[in-house]
Amino acid sequence: MAGGSSPCASCKLLRRRCARDCIFAPYFPPDDPHKFAIVHKVFGASNVSKMLQELPLHQRADAVSSLVYEANARMRDPVYGCVGAISYLQNQVSQLQMQLAVAQAEILCMEMQQQDQHHHQPPPVMLPPPPPISSFQDDQKSNNFLLGNFNNLQHYLNYTVANSSSSSHVMQDPLKRESLWT
Amino acid sequence: MNSTRCAACKHLRRRCPSTCIFSPYFPSNNPRRFQYVHKIYGASNVGKILKDLPENYRAEAANSLYYEAYCRIKDPVYGCVGIITILHQQIHNVQCQLAGIQAEIAALSTQSQNEDNQYQQTLIAPTLIQQNGVPNYTSYYDIPTWFD
Repeated sequence: MAGGSSPCASCKLLRRRCARDCIFAPYFPPDDPHKFAIVHKVFGASNVSKMLQELPLHQRADAVSSLVYEANARMRDPVYGCVGAISYLQNQVSQLQMQLAVAQAEILCMEMQQQDQHHHQPPPVMLPPPPPISSFQDDQKSNNFLLGNFNNLQHYLNYTVANSSSSSHVMQDPLKRESLWT
Repeated sequence: MNSTRCAACKHLRRRCPSTCIFSPYFPSNNPRRFQYVHKIYGASNVGKILKDLPENYRAEAANSLYYEAYCRIKDPVYGCVGIITILHQQIHNVQCQLAGIQAEIAALSTQSQNEDNQYQQTLIAPTLIQQNGVPNYTSYYDIPTWFD
């Protein structure tokens, strides 16, 4: 027994004296006998001891944790063990990468469509002439719009914003509209 | 007894009976396969694992034991668990990228819809302006479809 304390879980299971320098004692405390039991069942105490002896002290705790993980996986799935989990995760990675590729293609399409819309020059639009309205009579820029010159839409928007008393439906920020036509 | 001993019986320096549990899965032409498995699990444990399984599962079990033993020899600290950790990280990274791209798609869709709506709203037919200067947008939808 190490220092007079109770033997570690491995020495209890193996029914032997737990030496002061027992290689298992730091990693298999007596309050968790199942941990060593499962590792012993899958790997064997002798093999675990050899593996730990080949590792530096600061890496042994991680090694024990991974061995316990693998042993548990093998107990749950005696045919595939951890390899089943690896296979499942690799499949997930593949599916996600496919989804990512599709999403990237979609965004590329959308960006190209938007660029096409921005550069597209709509055909000239012939609208009926307006009835005589005093607020528009002296505005040549709005007449340009009526004739379908979309390059002057900016001016039209500025005018309507400036002159409309209830312009809730009119673009309040002409700078945003301008980006469509430039 | 097999005329040619399997890799397990050769390594263990013993007679290879016709009922040898290892011989179908550890052929003599691949000695390293059994060496790796024996180093990590031990012949006795491998034999127990294979015997506890139905015969049609033993080949897959032998393959997975060999793969895990190989990973453990290559990475004595983490073994297969190192690969699992890397895969989890990859999944997380790709999920983050995917979420980012999907957010961009949603933003572009919203922006495109807003621009369409704003463009439609600016197409006010001047004929609808009443003489008192107050716009009447009720005939907005009469605007020709060229604007769509």
